[in-house]
Amino acid sequence: MISIIDYKAGNLKSVERAVNKLGFSCKITQKKDEIINSERIIFPGVGAAGKATEDLRQLGLDQILLQAFKEEKPILGICLGAQIILDKSEENNAICLGLIRGNVIRFPSPLLSQEKKRLKIPHMGWNGVKLLKEHPVLKDLKEEDEFYFVHSYYTLPASEKHIIGTTNHGIDFSSIIAYKNLIATQFHPEKSGTAGLSILKNFCLWSGTDVE
Amino acid sequence: MLSKRIIPCLDVRNGKTTKGIKFQENIDIGDPVEMAHHYYLQGADEIVFYDITASSDHRDIMIDVVRRVAETIFIPFSVGGGIRTLNDMHQVLLAGAEKVSVNSAAVKNPQIISQGAKSFGSQCIVLGMDVKKVQATPELPSGYEIVIHGGRTYTGIDALEWARQGEDMGAGEICLNSIDADGTQNGYELILTALISSNVNIPVIASGGAGNIDHLHEVLTRGRAEAALVASIVHYGTYSIKEIKDTLNLKGVKVRKNW
Repeated sequence: MISIIDYKAGNLKSVERAVNKLGFSCKITQKKDEIINSERIIFPGVGAAGKATEDLRQLGLDQILLQAFKEEKPILGICLGAQIILDKSEENNAICLGLIRGNVIRFPSPLLSQEKKRLKIPHMGWNGVKLLKEHPVLKDLKEEDEFYFVHSYYTLPASEKHIIGTTNHGIDFSSIIAYKNLIATQFHPEKSGTAGLSILKNFCLWSGTDVE
Repeated sequence: MLSKRIIPCLDVRNGKTTKGIKFQENIDIGDPVEMAHHYYLQGADEIVFYDITASSDHRDIMIDVVRRVAETIFIPFSVGGGIRTLNDMHQVLLAGAEKVSVNSAAVKNPQIISQGAKSFGSQCIVLGMDVKKVQATPELPSGYEIVIHGGRTYTGIDALEWARQGEDMGAGEICLNSIDADGTQNGYELILTALISSNVNIPVIASGGAGNIDHLHEVLTRGRAEAALVASIVHYGTYSIKEIKDTLNLKGVKVRKNW
């Protein structure tokens, strides 16, 4: 069973529907025992870091995520769920979970393209990912695949070895990060067509142990 | 670099996709769930549903459509039309839509934008704007006015001012529909689109007037739109989404090519 962590953050149903479509069973839950007894965890999220970390702590789910991470359960962070696994976010100056060293920062403003055109924030829409490293969850990715993003902040891991893929929106930012049994995408794989579904599928099959 | 988005728009009335010209003379053209799935497979980047069901008694028909669409396609989609309250927004989002679009309701009660953004996040609040060209006056300095009721009622609100206000109140995106161009197939309103898009920092989806791929090319370049709505040209099979994207790609517009 896969737990989709429910901490009042965003559209969890779309993640559930995508996982079910792929033939895996999952449950949207905030029950600690259910989460800790599940085989793997999806940690989604839409909204603001301040409220999200507050809600997580109130539900006691911050500790559960730490425990699951230590127990080497495969964990997939999505969007805001990919951000609040770092130490700290500039958004609401939120203290985050600290599973991966580093911070979450806002896109600089004004943001310009290579042709010096002003780019909009949030970074909303479809964009590519440049893979820097191989990862079992990303094994089916093709060079031209694109993914659906919507965010104004991005992750800045302290160590470059945690950056698996980058995306350009005026600047190159880390769009996929991974460490041990944890992988996290800034984009929404559940809303990214077949390319996104392949990531979800590979995560649902991933042992979580065969990466540094 | 972000791709420009091509977004089929389905007008839905009593659970059926319908198409009219300038909001009149609607004819049913298909099942919205099947059509959405078809466009998803063809490479649509997003889908917009606009509920034009006259009676609010039939809201549950639309919610059912949304639920079935959400089980079928794995790209973002938005729902507009008849969204008047936070509860309406919640119902549609809960059924599986990624975004909701508010139009007339925001004109009558602008607070719905900020309340929606606060409750569900800016990323899912789209400000739908129906716009008509008018004589520029001190009250309407841009020369474009917001209209409601399918263009029958002038509101006295300046379109550029309204776009800026919408952004300030927390809209995450603007869907800009030119009533003058809608249904004509003579091309998007480029001046209006460029004016709005260059003066807000949120994405603008251009709507109304697509008749051929050159029109899409124009609005995504000179019109500075981040995305373009298409309706008739794909509903009647003039072009497939793939043809549109291949042609735009050849003309140097970055679009998503793998799906």
